[in-house]
Amino acid sequence: MKGPLVRRVSTIAVAGISTAALAFTLTACGESSTESGGGSGQGVGLAFDVGGRDDHSFNESAARGLDKAEKELGIKSKMMTAKNGETEAEREQRLSSLADKGYNPVIGVGFNYAKSIEKVAKEFPKTNFAIVDSVVPGANVDSITFGEHEGSYLAGVAAALKSKTGKVGFIGGMDNELIKKFQAGFEQGAKETNSKVEVTSEYLGSTDKGFNDPAAAKDKAKGMLDRGIDVIYTAAGLSGNGSIEAVAGQKDAWAIGVDSDQYQQPGLEKYKDHILTSVVKNVDVAVFDMIKSVKDGKPLTGTHPYLLKDNGVSLATSGGFIDDIKAKIEEAKKNIVDGKVKVNSTVK
Amino acid sequence: MKKFDKNKVILGIAAPLLAIVAAMAITSIIIAATGKDPFHAYEVMIDFGSKADSQVWIINKATPYYLSALAVAIGFRMNLFNIGVDGQYRIAAFFAAAVGGALTLPGIIQIPVIIIVAMLVGALWSGIAGLLKTTRGVSEVISTIMLNAIGASVIAYFLKDGRLAVKEGNLVHTPYLPDSAHFFEIPTTPKPIYGFVIIAVLAGFAYWFVLGRTRFGFDLRTVGQSESAAHASGVSVKRMVITAMLLSGAMAGLVGMPTLLGVSYNYGTDFPAGIGFTGIAIALLGRNHPIGMVAGALLWGFLDRTGTQLEFEGYAQEIVGVIQGVIVLCVVIAYELVRRYGLKMQQRKVGEELAAQARKSEKAEVSA
Repeated sequence: MKGPLVRRVSTIAVAGISTAALAFTLTACGESSTESGGGSGQGVGLAFDVGGRDDHSFNESAARGLDKAEKELGIKSKMMTAKNGETEAEREQRLSSLADKGYNPVIGVGFNYAKSIEKVAKEFPKTNFAIVDSVVPGANVDSITFGEHEGSYLAGVAAALKSKTGKVGFIGGMDNELIKKFQAGFEQGAKETNSKVEVTSEYLGSTDKGFNDPAAAKDKAKGMLDRGIDVIYTAAGLSGNGSIEAVAGQKDAWAIGVDSDQYQQPGLEKYKDHILTSVVKNVDVAVFDMIKSVKDGKPLTGTHPYLLKDNGVSLATSGGFIDDIKAKIEEAKKNIVDGKVKVNSTVK
Repeated sequence: MKKFDKNKVILGIAAPLLAIVAAMAITSIIIAATGKDPFHAYEVMIDFGSKADSQVWIINKATPYYLSALAVAIGFRMNLFNIGVDGQYRIAAFFAAAVGGALTLPGIIQIPVIIIVAMLVGALWSGIAGLLKTTRGVSEVISTIMLNAIGASVIAYFLKDGRLAVKEGNLVHTPYLPDSAHFFEIPTTPKPIYGFVIIAVLAGFAYWFVLGRTRFGFDLRTVGQSESAAHASGVSVKRMVITAMLLSGAMAGLVGMPTLLGVSYNYGTDFPAGIGFTGIAIALLGRNHPIGMVAGALLWGFLDRTGTQLEFEGYAQEIVGVIQGVIVLCVVIAYELVRRYGLKMQQRKVGEELAAQARKSEKAEVSA
């Protein structure tokens, strides 16, 4: 960046391009993009959160529901992905473009879409919308939430039983209510299994960048490993890959995955021997339910919590690493389902 | 220079033209490499981007971009590289939102109070970098980028339930501004344009006037071109550095205002980030010229708008990011190439004139 950036440029030239640009933007006044669009019955419009379809975690779980709907219901679809640091305007545009092109239902994957779904749902009253991980008012909106705290409780049980050092860790992607649910459940599960277990909980940040920053998660996990923590549960979308990678670098350390069964992820194959289990959030089930309901002409609306008892969350068993403690996990699960154990959804 | 200089005009037009042609060629190759038709992409972009609602969207999007570019350009004009606009506008918007959310005054007082708080906080934040540069010789590139990180941490600290923020579902944000703090909108169909665009235009005018038409602006540009020359002619370089940083930061304080006063009415975890860096690209693209940067900001808004549409047509979402990067690179390179070519032409011309003079005087001597 050497040399003067301050060089004086020909005013005329710059004025020339800008006039051209202005003229360009001012042409075709009057016609709106939403007027020229149209058509219906395009299938499902799915808007992903940051990280995109192949995040091996949250978004991918939603995508599986869509894939299933495509196969079983013969539905077409369109998937779009959010960028880091987006503005409301961009999210609204994405959702309204989908609605406008005739996609129905339009599903926003992730709480980032809460405000924009609320707004766009009003603009397109005939389209059905769904939001994952948030509760949004609106007669044509289905709010899908999960019992993350309950699934995380089971992860806490597994972590407490498997840790050799007696120290377990939690890494959250973004310091907010949703991720706190994971933390609360995990801490409670670990403590109630073994009160001597030390739980360390840390966050990658306070923005959604934390869901798309594997390098930061890797650093955090390394720091935890250095402090003798040997089981790390990461709830951070795509970032979790970094933490799993760090854990895989250390013998006898375990990673607990999130949202999808991360042991099964081809992208994480190298590290799968260190993936103890995953707290699976069955976003696919919820997404499929929504798509099917629209197809059947009885679209879901209102709030739909998918809890442990509804099979909305579960603990993955692939790899067989938790087979030896299966009985204890089943017991914990039964206690929650029967209401004997009440899992906190907020951190105390 | 009153005389109309044909060469200068040709060179001036050549640079942006060269940049645009090169950028389009490179982008086309990239799109073609992904197995898609580049010309169809341009068609989609132009068609979609020229729709009425797209125009409104683009103008609204370009407003903060333009303010950000102005903030960066103030620094550029005196060779200060203020990378910290990003942190400055965010911390400014945050505290302005906190103050605005706590006060309920009539709009005519409330809105200026919020804007002034934002400008002051922005100036304060950049002023630290200015002070460090003049007193301790810390490069502003380093200090401003560090201050970005510090600013983000300060915001993260205060942006918590019970401190300066409230919770709403999964989002945490400062309390909503009262209705009196909502900035007016320009009623256009189908959606309105944010009234803050007028402030942006005024800011652009002020930038042009102060830097181009006042003694202060002359001093500032002089320092940018040669510190020693400025010093020799009695300009206090240190004072200029601090003033420029303060002005740049105050301008940065405005960047978050269209969003705060026109869209979100609060500062939350979902407040847009990264506009400060976009501003650097636009200032480069617009060559720090008040109108050039308008073009740059609109171009950026246009690319943002049409990028989503490209995704609809099956193009990779990242294409737009690639186009933006390629354009900036091409602009920088093209201007440098054209500048060098112009310099060479000038040298040759001077050389020829000198040679002609020498020949003439030689002849005169011989004949004498």
